[in-house]
Amino acid sequence: MSLNLEDVARIALLSRIELSAAERESTRDQLNGILGFIEQLQAVDTTGIEPMAHAVDVVQRLRPDVVTETNRRADFQAVAPETEAGLYLVPRVVE
Amino acid sequence: MSDLINSSLRELSAALAAKKISAVELATLFLDRIDRLNPGLNAFIALDRDKTLTQARAADEALKVGAGTTALTGIPLAHKDIFCTKGWRTSCGSKMLANFVSPYDAHVVEKLAAAGMVTLGKLNMDEFAMGSSNETSYFGPVKNPWDVSCVPGGSSGGSAAAIAARLAPAATGTDTGGSIRQPAALCGLTGLKPTYGVASRYGMIAFASSLDQAGPMAKSAEDCALLLNAFAGFDARDSTSLERPTEDYSRDLEKPLSGLRIGLPREFFGDGMDADVRAAVDAALAEYRRLGAITVEVALPNSGLSVPAYYVIAPAEASSNLSRFDGVRYGYRAAEYADLAEMYSRSRAQGFGAEVKRRILIGTYVLSHGYYDAYYLKAQKIRRLIAADFQEAFKACDVIMGPTSPSVAFAFGAKSADPVQMYLSDIYTISTNLAGLPGMSLPCGFGNNNMPVGLQIIGDWFGEAKMLNVAHQYQKATDWHTRMPRLAGAAQ
Repeated sequence: MSLNLEDVARIALLSRIELSAAERESTRDQLNGILGFIEQLQAVDTTGIEPMAHAVDVVQRLRPDVVTETNRRADFQAVAPETEAGLYLVPRVVE
Repeated sequence: MSDLINSSLRELSAALAAKKISAVELATLFLDRIDRLNPGLNAFIALDRDKTLTQARAADEALKVGAGTTALTGIPLAHKDIFCTKGWRTSCGSKMLANFVSPYDAHVVEKLAAAGMVTLGKLNMDEFAMGSSNETSYFGPVKNPWDVSCVPGGSSGGSAAAIAARLAPAATGTDTGGSIRQPAALCGLTGLKPTYGVASRYGMIAFASSLDQAGPMAKSAEDCALLLNAFAGFDARDSTSLERPTEDYSRDLEKPLSGLRIGLPREFFGDGMDADVRAAVDAALAEYRRLGAITVEVALPNSGLSVPAYYVIAPAEASSNLSRFDGVRYGYRAAEYADLAEMYSRSRAQGFGAEVKRRILIGTYVLSHGYYDAYYLKAQKIRRLIAADFQEAFKACDVIMGPTSPSVAFAFGAKSADPVQMYLSDIYTISTNLAGLPGMSLPCGFGNNNMPVGLQIIGDWFGEAKMLNVAHQYQKATDWHTRMPRLAGAAQ
């Protein structure tokens, strides 16, 4: 199936990537090119095949519930776009 | 002293141990060369002479005292800019992280520093490792030292160009679909992608977490073995790091190859490969037969599906991983926005380049409601078929060989207009990542326009020592890996 402009707008919204009207058209064409290429997967019979999510079968390790990291708030906030009094600043969400 | 730029790591180690040169002198030799030659190549995107020389002085101190040193103490190397490096700008080739100075070291960086290696700087790469030509970097493309009108390959193109131009004796790389092997092939180097889980992904900026793996890039297999020894191994901070006994990856280097069974997948030797690449690969196989190996035909019937399966799985994982770049905790934030939603979508629109956005959008689509089964689950089932093919093939052979890339390095712009054409540059490397297997590339001659050709070796899981042995024996019998490009402005 191929994507129309509404599909592209919906995917861009889900992806939180702003696209202008002009970008939507070129993006639609590029995405349809890629989707056309991956369409060949549909022709393969995969009845009874277990999906492979990972290269190796590993189980999630557990560790004791103890503090192992030191507090480095100042270091980590030094790379943030905007902070104040140890908090990350973003536009007002709740009026 | 100029011969040191072409020396092996073992030779550099011996020169340092014999006090023929100090770590500071060695680092300075490479830093001066970088100053002179990097402007024409754009391989390094972060340099800090003070930091480098501080590390070199510490290495000299350790060498003087003779305690806590390793075979790598005092040897310089450079890191792909995907590895978080404390105090260094770590950009991942993106505007999104153009101002990000890492507050910590990646596991791989930490281990190599602990071994006494000296960081020369950070290396250019395709943005977020998404690309096969280094043309997607926010910091501009890297030039191939063999011909500056050609791409170096990608995504570890800065790593490859830096070593090829002898601006660094070795470098780190990462490989999600061929990003170590393809640039190694296109720049005439040796590079190894280990089995998934052998090297910790901690501090390595994530692209597709079930495929990403760090590996060494250098001039020879022997060098790669020494580097892998220093950074492979269990790390609790990566949930997929494998708990295995420590290995010496150099242990089998000197084993003779008599009786080695080399599997040649018929799918790798079809129409897709250029004639000049085929000629060089065939000559390498003839050399292997001379060294006592036998070649057997094997089949990887589903390998043709690896590129389309990869372009479902890798973008799906990328769309999830790259959701962390929201302009809140680190990275780029747009200057103007009306509300939080617009801050996210505008920061991401302005901070990511075109290819990264394309992959996030594709990944979001294949994971979205109603399409998950048709695309993502389907691709994961095909991934299992691809992995099973390899296990069947390894019943008949010890290693698999073929071309690394279907062509030698191509010109800038040749494939950048059509994403699918670019994706097909990795047709021989991607299946290895999907199966989690180790793969390497080593130089095996020259093709059209005297550009390097890479031979790919694929091993079974944890077959690194065997592969390095197979590559080293070839490199003892040939000298392709010692060839270096003639660079304008370089005293050779």
